[in-house]
Amino acid sequence: MPQAAGAPVILGVDDVSVRLGGRTVLDRVGFTLRAGEFTGLIGSNGAGKTTLFRVILGLQAVSSGRVTGTGERGEVGYVPQKFQLDPDMPLRGRDLVGLGLDGHRLGLPLPSRSRRARVQELVEAVGAGAFADARVGRLSGGEQQRILIAHALASRPRLLLLDEPLANLDLRSAQEVVRLLAQIAAEQRIAILISAHEMNPLLPVMDRIVYLADGRAATGTAHEVIRSDVLSALYGHHVDVLRVHGRVLVVAGAGHDEHPFEAAGSDHDTVEIV
Amino acid sequence: MGQVLRAIVEPGFFASGLVQRAALIGALVAVVAACVGVFTVLRGQSFAGEALGDIGAAGGSSAYLAGVAPLWGFVAIAVAAAGAIELIGVRHARAAFRDLATGIVLGFGFGLAALFLYLGTIEQSTSGEPVTILFGDVFLLDSSLLPLVAGFGAVALALVLVLYRPLLLASVSGELAAARGLPVRALGALYLLALALAVALAAVTIGAILSTALLVGPAATALQLTRRPSHAIAAAAALGVAAVWLGILAAWDSYYWPPLHHGWPVSFFVVTFVLIGYIGARLWSRRSGGG
Ligand SMILES: Nc1ncnc2c1ncn2[C@@H]1O[C@H](COP(=O)(O)OP(=O)(O)OP(=O)(O)O)[C@@H](O)[C@H]1O
Ligand SMILES: [Mg+2]
Repeated sequence: MPQAAGAPVILGVDDVSVRLGGRTVLDRVGFTLRAGEFTGLIGSNGAGKTTLFRVILGLQAVSSGRVTGTGERGEVGYVPQKFQLDPDMPLRGRDLVGLGLDGHRLGLPLPSRSRRARVQELVEAVGAGAFADARVGRLSGGEQQRILIAHALASRPRLLLLDEPLANLDLRSAQEVVRLLAQIAAEQRIAILISAHEMNPLLPVMDRIVYLADGRAATGTAHEVIRSDVLSALYGHHVDVLRVHGRVLVVAGAGHDEHPFEAAGSDHDTVEIV
Repeated sequence: MGQVLRAIVEPGFFASGLVQRAALIGALVAVVAACVGVFTVLRGQSFAGEALGDIGAAGGSSAYLAGVAPLWGFVAIAVAAAGAIELIGVRHARAAFRDLATGIVLGFGFGLAALFLYLGTIEQSTSGEPVTILFGDVFLLDSSLLPLVAGFGAVALALVLVLYRPLLLASVSGELAAARGLPVRALGALYLLALALAVALAAVTIGAILSTALLVGPAATALQLTRRPSHAIAAAAALGVAAVWLGILAAWDSYYWPPLHHGWPVSFFVVTFVLIGYIGARLWSRRSGGG
């Protein structure tokens, strides 16, 4: 989506490094996010995706570099990676969306028609109308995901962060969620940063990629990043990028003595071989 | 009809000043305990609630030794213990590790309680007071306690009602709350203060050991009955008041029961009604598909 190139910058991540427990988890990572742009944060387990989200949210201090552009409450919506609720918890999906709207305010929420209408609007925007009145803890992973997206959108953020929202979804639900997010980015002019192990489900909608490996990042459009020379430099050894039936595979180059799956720096389930 | 009523409500019940005072203090405490208790259950902190009540026995018995109202002792030690739990458990995000901190403080508190109750028993020839501290007797509450109960209760209630939305979000998911910039740690600490006050009130009413029943029982029952957090709080408060009033009624009636013709402890009845309510709600929610 080239129209995004001139759009206003929402977030700048400027040469950010993070050290945790004596290890460099993020190493001079830099990129910008623009309004209406859909960016994939791709990396295998432990690559530093969640850490990067926590930095953007201001929950993780950086050892060098800085994050610019966000700061006020409600400007960033967040859908966390792990979300577990007791099935008996007395909280409807609708209530959780309402907490996205005014969860930072003191006192009980006064029943008002406009609040109810806004919650309903959010619920419908994510296609959660059918299950918004059930207890959140009893919803399926995909249903909870939609409620959480509505919760995150409630404060009208300029940036939406989603930490592996597709991890527990089957292919069809994943495609639906991706389509929903792309639509939200385009309609509401929100910048979306979404992390994933597997880039293929995101390829049709991704404007840009931040590819993380061992804490270092390669950033650009999919065509700029998903290339043998760029990813080889990132991984520090040769990898090939193969395109098969519209899907992308990243594999270690021929003649490399490591196991090809491991050489690509990914774990077995998520190495991009189809 | 009148005869049935007379068989249930023994003579003099409504006219008795003793009953009126017990019913008023009991209801106040039940409302506070239930409102705070809903958050206790949501946050998975029932063990902390239980521990603060048990530790309260040390405060109640030491206050008794010092000659002041046990409520002061209950409040002082519950707040101190809550602070200790918070300090030891601070580094741990996970409930399981916070429970360890609670367990350590609880063990020490029980030791203190054992000491003070022992001293109390050998100092006084009667051993009635330790029993009252452990198991409570709402009929023995002095009317001078009413303003204290109302004051502490108002603070605890104000904390959970004023912090309602941030506390609810932080209780549902600390991560979501932190991402919105809410001070999750401070919310947890303030909540623990409300919990300490509620537990101290429950402890003077139905006893240190049984205080959890009033805190967690009505809340756990209410969760079965409704899907909404605000309704759960209202339902828990109503259930708590009902259990206390029915308990008072049954205890009053029990003076007329053979073979003893000597009243049964009111705390026993309160706890029994709490349990009956919980079992009833579970059966109902299972039949109706879980609310
Ligand atoms: N508090 C911490 N102390 C030390 N190391 C940490 C800490 N938090 C995270 N790490 C390490 O930082 C690295 C990156 O973690 P992070 O959670 O950001 O990875 P991720 O890309 O989100 O992985 P996943 O796909 O498994 O969610 C991991 O190696 C992890 O062990
Ligand atoms: Mg992660």
